[in-house]
Amino acid sequence: MTITAAASDRSDTVVPAAWEGFVAGPWTDHVDVRDFIQRNYTPYEGDADFLAGPTARTTGIWGKLSEMFPAEREKGVYDVDPATPSTITSHAPGYIDEANELIVGLQTDAPLKRAIIPNGGWRMVQTSLETYGYEAPQEIIDIFTKYRKTHNDGVFDVYPPNVRAARSSHIITGLPDAYGRGRIIGDYRRVALYGVDQLIAAKKLEKASLDMERSVEDVIRDREELSEQIRALGELKQMAASYGYDISQPATSAREAVQWLYFGYLAAVKEQNGAAMSLGRTSTFLDVYLQRDLEAGILTEDQAQEIIDDFVIKLRIVRFLRTPEYDTLFSGDPTWVTESIGGIGEDGRPLVTKTSFRFLQTLYNLGPAPEPNMTVFWSERLPEGFKKFCAQVSIDTSAVQYESDELIRASWGDDAAIACCVSPMRVGKQMQFFGARVNTAKALLYAINGGRDEITGKQVAPVSAPVEGDVLDYDDVLAKFDKTLDWLAETYVDALNCVHYMHDKYAYERIEMALHDRTVLRTLACGIAGLSVVTDSLSAIKYAKVTPLRSADGLITDYVVEGDYPTYGNDDDRADDIAVWLVRTFMEKIRALPTYRNSLHTQSVLTITSNVVYGKNTGSTPDGRKLGEPFAPGANPMNGRDTHGMLASALSVAKLPYSEAQDGISLTSSIVPAGLGRTKDEQVTNLVGLLDAYVLSSGYHMNVNVLNRETLVDAMEHPENYPQLTIRVSGYAVNFVRLTREQQLDVLSRTFHGAV
Amino acid sequence: MSTTTEQTGAPVVPLGMPLVGGSHTRTQGHGTAGLEATETERSERLAAVREGRLGSVHSWELVTAVDGPGTRLTIFLSGCPLRCLYCHNPDTMEMRRGTDVTADELLTRIARYRGVFKATGGGVTISGGEPLMQPAFVRRLIRGAAAMDVPVAIDTSGFLGAQATDEMLDDVSLVLLDVKSGLPETYKRATGRELQPTLDFGRRLAARGNRMWIRFVLVPGLTDAPENVEAVADYVASLGEAVERVEVLPFHQMGRDKWADLGLAYELEDTEPPTREATEAVRDVFRARGLTTF
Repeated sequence: MTITAAASDRSDTVVPAAWEGFVAGPWTDHVDVRDFIQRNYTPYEGDADFLAGPTARTTGIWGKLSEMFPAEREKGVYDVDPATPSTITSHAPGYIDEANELIVGLQTDAPLKRAIIPNGGWRMVQTSLETYGYEAPQEIIDIFTKYRKTHNDGVFDVYPPNVRAARSSHIITGLPDAYGRGRIIGDYRRVALYGVDQLIAAKKLEKASLDMERSVEDVIRDREELSEQIRALGELKQMAASYGYDISQPATSAREAVQWLYFGYLAAVKEQNGAAMSLGRTSTFLDVYLQRDLEAGILTEDQAQEIIDDFVIKLRIVRFLRTPEYDTLFSGDPTWVTESIGGIGEDGRPLVTKTSFRFLQTLYNLGPAPEPNMTVFWSERLPEGFKKFCAQVSIDTSAVQYESDELIRASWGDDAAIACCVSPMRVGKQMQFFGARVNTAKALLYAINGGRDEITGKQVAPVSAPVEGDVLDYDDVLAKFDKTLDWLAETYVDALNCVHYMHDKYAYERIEMALHDRTVLRTLACGIAGLSVVTDSLSAIKYAKVTPLRSADGLITDYVVEGDYPTYGNDDDRADDIAVWLVRTFMEKIRALPTYRNSLHTQSVLTITSNVVYGKNTGSTPDGRKLGEPFAPGANPMNGRDTHGMLASALSVAKLPYSEAQDGISLTSSIVPAGLGRTKDEQVTNLVGLLDAYVLSSGYHMNVNVLNRETLVDAMEHPENYPQLTIRVSGYAVNFVRLTREQQLDVLSRTFHGAV
Repeated sequence: MSTTTEQTGAPVVPLGMPLVGGSHTRTQGHGTAGLEATETERSERLAAVREGRLGSVHSWELVTAVDGPGTRLTIFLSGCPLRCLYCHNPDTMEMRRGTDVTADELLTRIARYRGVFKATGGGVTISGGEPLMQPAFVRRLIRGAAAMDVPVAIDTSGFLGAQATDEMLDDVSLVLLDVKSGLPETYKRATGRELQPTLDFGRRLAARGNRMWIRFVLVPGLTDAPENVEAVADYVASLGEAVERVEVLPFHQMGRDKWADLGLAYELEDTEPPTREATEAVRDVFRARGLTTF
């Protein structure tokens, strides 16, 4: 069911002044942002010529921050407030340059000062503080260790032993059991369109609709959650008021719309240290307001761009306090402030507006940066001018990722956005239980070794018969692997159910969920790593001769591969079919298991740059990969084994069925500009063609790094010269100079396509 | 496959292969993954080769921005009559090193990429080796592709241009013509063969109105003499409007290891790639004649 008549406190005939000039529709009677957009946006089919450069004001504010970045990079953090657990209203207002900011609001009382957000887990906070030389007051420590249970405590109270074993052997990794799960996108647009009072009224109605229900567990939980949501909305108003804004009513201008929306987002990042705190799909929504003010003659293009620039500056300095281990796993210090741009509407009109361009233009006005994570929903049907501008921005900055608008729209409609890197969801109507991922390459090794860990020798999976004999037999290994995957799926879903039960209980996302409908689709977003390693390993076993090498106690720790075998990444069905098999098979096993809150099972093939960490924790594999060597990221083919060109590599990935990996399939491609053409025009045209071809071939996602190898090598030697060098890795962009040396080398060795 | 009169090119066992234009950025053969290799009886095989149903293929690749416009399926055939000293893919010189693949198998792959070609404005490029070493096979591929409305380019030294029938050239949308030298002596020193057939082929293409991209590999100490560059440029300019662009490709050493792997002597062991300035200067020679040059 839907919605939430919010019209009760206003007359049906009088349109609020804030909505002057907007076409009315169902959105005026109840919360329905998509309907508002559809009735009011102005598609833009032109090129980028109208865009404005940065104003002196913009450059000045960005300059102030840029002076602070080196110190932050040096130390790992710029500053921390260790004494104030962050809530929506915990900190006094903060400014970068109060007199000059168009859009205001910081997470704490000063830019780049990080807050503690302990509800996810105290240990994470404690370790982070120790690392950076801060100490929490005893009182705070007591609260979170004696009086107030955290999500992390809750999870470890209920993990069964097999989950703990799988977790410590790194076959199940990255579980959000010690920090915020993230990947929930509040519909922050609602704050601007309706004002907080109407949202509160709507939530109260939703709650009232439960009054007549019998008080059973689900209903009680819903009521409590709605109460928390209403409380959070009140705090949101309070926080905005501390900055001198009354956001109880709808925004009346473009600047207010951005400001209201940003306050909504800010409340979320003040209260949640989620692994990914994505923004949603805001540019075309905001364009309606910008366009209205431009047409009314009260805004110029320079001013319109300035507002977006200032907004993006704020998004760029979202910071969380995290441990170095966390940063290693996630590569850098990502926040995944993902903004989804473009796409085509269900009625066939492009959802591209001038503000779609303005968002991308910030990469020129402020220079390239990893955040916000600019994500273009690509379709062959996008207007040519927009396609070309995207390609140009990619070539100039490498800071754009692409997702198939065709696949996303078909599954989730035309008002979906990406959380994190590749996870699509209907904004305000869908959320996910982030599930990190399992290491399927390790599972294959467990299958071969009868459930023992190939590095420690410990029995982790249930005892089964290890492979015997001198040569691996495909059917034998496959049968054993299938059994191991059964165990892995069960253990994994068990773990996730525990994690999300406790997260809802101890670290509920009040404000983000307040900006959702009451009835949302919840997905259980499972994930797999090691796809290309497993595929090539099975292919080697099938098409070449693989001899296992055993240690003294019979543990198989290495392999000798003789002969050639087809590898994943060459549009060769023999290998690619194995990859498809793995994705289908594991999804099937996941689907068979009951989930917390009846969430819908989904799966991603995504590893971020943790492919380095996965590799470190995985022994030698039958494809010839040695112990400790990195995996390929996401759904990428293994480094150097995709030898038929970038597109052939991509077409292998495109064979993975999206229906079996609805949480996304990630591909990262690196190319040098010369590999796209002789002239800039030719490069742009060719990149557009490649993206069209990939999406038409059912490719789901592509990171495009367009850069010179020499640039990266030089950046490794002289990081100080490349503070803003951004590269895209499996679903998001990172500052290259903030990667570890190991990760930098991995990026270099990763298929560096000289020609595409 | 006849060997030649005097051995002035690279000291290779039969058959050679030039550095063929667009492949200049590629450092290795990439094989025939995804294509079914065919094994047949000798007599049957000969018949199939004669009819063009079977060919010797080195590798395939999907490339962009080289080998013609858009994204292309470049098919490298095995075997070449030239033995260029600077060949960077000596492993494609001999036909016997290739994999037997049927024309149908390749056409199936071409069909698979129709959407890609359409989206990118690309097509198929038949390269090598020297495609015209296997004219019947190439004819069949070109006809098949053209029948699917897939644009076809051939990448050739022109030495065997006489093998290309008018009918075949009607189906070709672009010829990547390697003019390795403008002076007969330099051509012979670089490739072991005569220049004249290439010049004739280029003129024939120009007369027919076949679009051309001309490639010239700049090798210090071998092809970079000013009079040689001038001669190439004069010739290309004389071809008129049919020439769409000229690509001056700086020699590189990425093929060096392959010569060693094949146990072949490599004369250019110590040759350095031309400097950026030298390459630009040569491009200017072409540009001075009104040619669009990269």
